[in-house]
Amino acid sequence: MLSNAFLHRHSLWIRITLHWALLLPLVVSVFAIISSAWGGDPVQQLIHFYANWALNILVLCLVLAPLSRRFKRPALIAYRRLVGLYVAFYAFLHILAYLVLDLGLDWALAFEELVKRPYILVGALAFLILLALTLSSPQLVRRKMKRSWLKLHGFIYALSLLLPLHFWWSLKSGYIEPLVYLLILLGLVGLRTRQFKAWIGSFRS
Amino acid sequence: VMPLKFKPHGNPPSDSLTPESKATTHNNFYEFGTGKNDPANNSSHFQPLPWQLKVDGLVENEVTIDVEKILAMAAFEERIYRLRCVEAWSMVIPWVGLTLKQLLKDVKPLSGAKYLAFETLYDPEQFPGQENRRLGGGIDYPYREGLRLDEAYNDLTFMAFGMYGKTLPAQNGAPLRLVVPWKYGFKSIKSISRITFTDQMPQTTWNMLGPSEYGFYANVNPGVDHPRWTQKTERRIDDAGILGRTRIDTLMFNGYSEQVASMYKDLDLTRYY
Repeated sequence: MLSNAFLHRHSLWIRITLHWALLLPLVVSVFAIISSAWGGDPVQQLIHFYANWALNILVLCLVLAPLSRRFKRPALIAYRRLVGLYVAFYAFLHILAYLVLDLGLDWALAFEELVKRPYILVGALAFLILLALTLSSPQLVRRKMKRSWLKLHGFIYALSLLLPLHFWWSLKSGYIEPLVYLLILLGLVGLRTRQFKAWIGSFRS
Repeated sequence: VMPLKFKPHGNPPSDSLTPESKATTHNNFYEFGTGKNDPANNSSHFQPLPWQLKVDGLVENEVTIDVEKILAMAAFEERIYRLRCVEAWSMVIPWVGLTLKQLLKDVKPLSGAKYLAFETLYDPEQFPGQENRRLGGGIDYPYREGLRLDEAYNDLTFMAFGMYGKTLPAQNGAPLRLVVPWKYGFKSIKSISRITFTDQMPQTTWNMLGPSEYGFYANVNPGVDHPRWTQKTERRIDDAGILGRTRIDTLMFNGYSEQVASMYKDLDLTRYY
């Protein structure tokens, strides 16, 4: 296992590698479209693909803290911000593909769907949370926000519920995939019960 | 897939055809997987022939139709129809086949027959989605569909044996599938092995899965939204590239009101969606 010293010393290279790895799904999607590997009309596939990767990366993001504790590698925590930003990145691509390729940038239609469809409302809510987490992620903002930063970033627990719910609700049939995500994410929240309770407690004062 | 002989469509509609390459690689056929390109990818071993279609129930003559004989003998015609999926995308496809009425001309329904129940072949060895619940989207197979007797005998109701001038590819429902152009695509059941005439409204797959979302009738209707998305507009899959945005208005009965609206004049289409 990589030592803390290694994780610190090669931080730049680890970051570059992480960026490449996390951009890989985007590259795969571009090649899949160019080569028609996703069939005659890849719009729905593309929308689902980005959503799946947002979820996968959220799992990765939430697994870093328990891993660092279990293997005594506090240096891992330093990469959590980078990974978290890619959750927002793929969520953004997911919404962009839906608005541009599916709805054809018909804003009236988009608004109507948002108001009428609970699963889209849940998705939009989740994206607002991601947006707030993204905008408050720079160190400078973090320092300025002081204690309220932790309060805001606790909303990642809400994402663990909202995103699988949005996924489940959007399906025409079947539930296995969203259920697996839900169980994994709730399990990861369960590993940090203390922090979760502290976060809930921060709203009662 | 082999070429077919047929009488070409008389007056092609103004909509431009969906390219064959898109119509054969973007399919909902959960028997081969729920992904849109799964059916094209997972159906290369499918054997459409020999094939027997059993017609039974409340009829004077129960028959078993040998599809190879139909392919050799029938006087096929071409019909260019719009296909509107309940997921709000649509295509324009040149089918080759017979009206259902012609195909069933020797069957003679008994007076008690009110509905037709259709079934897709149940064969988990050929359909990986029937064998694996995850791949097949959690559906209880065989896939089932149904029509009212008058709908089945409407002049538009078509049994396709081919598309784009050739026999059907497996992913599009080989060797024979229903095409009911004024209803959402899931009514147009694929790879049919059995048709039963009955006096009761048959159970249909999507209605069993989600009765509040998919009714028995499933007529294309821009005035009745799916509970989770709008049915007012649709994305037409045409020859535009992936960035080509073709959102168009959905038409009542998918634009076939003239031929079918009279069948529903006494039906509350909001209740019987």
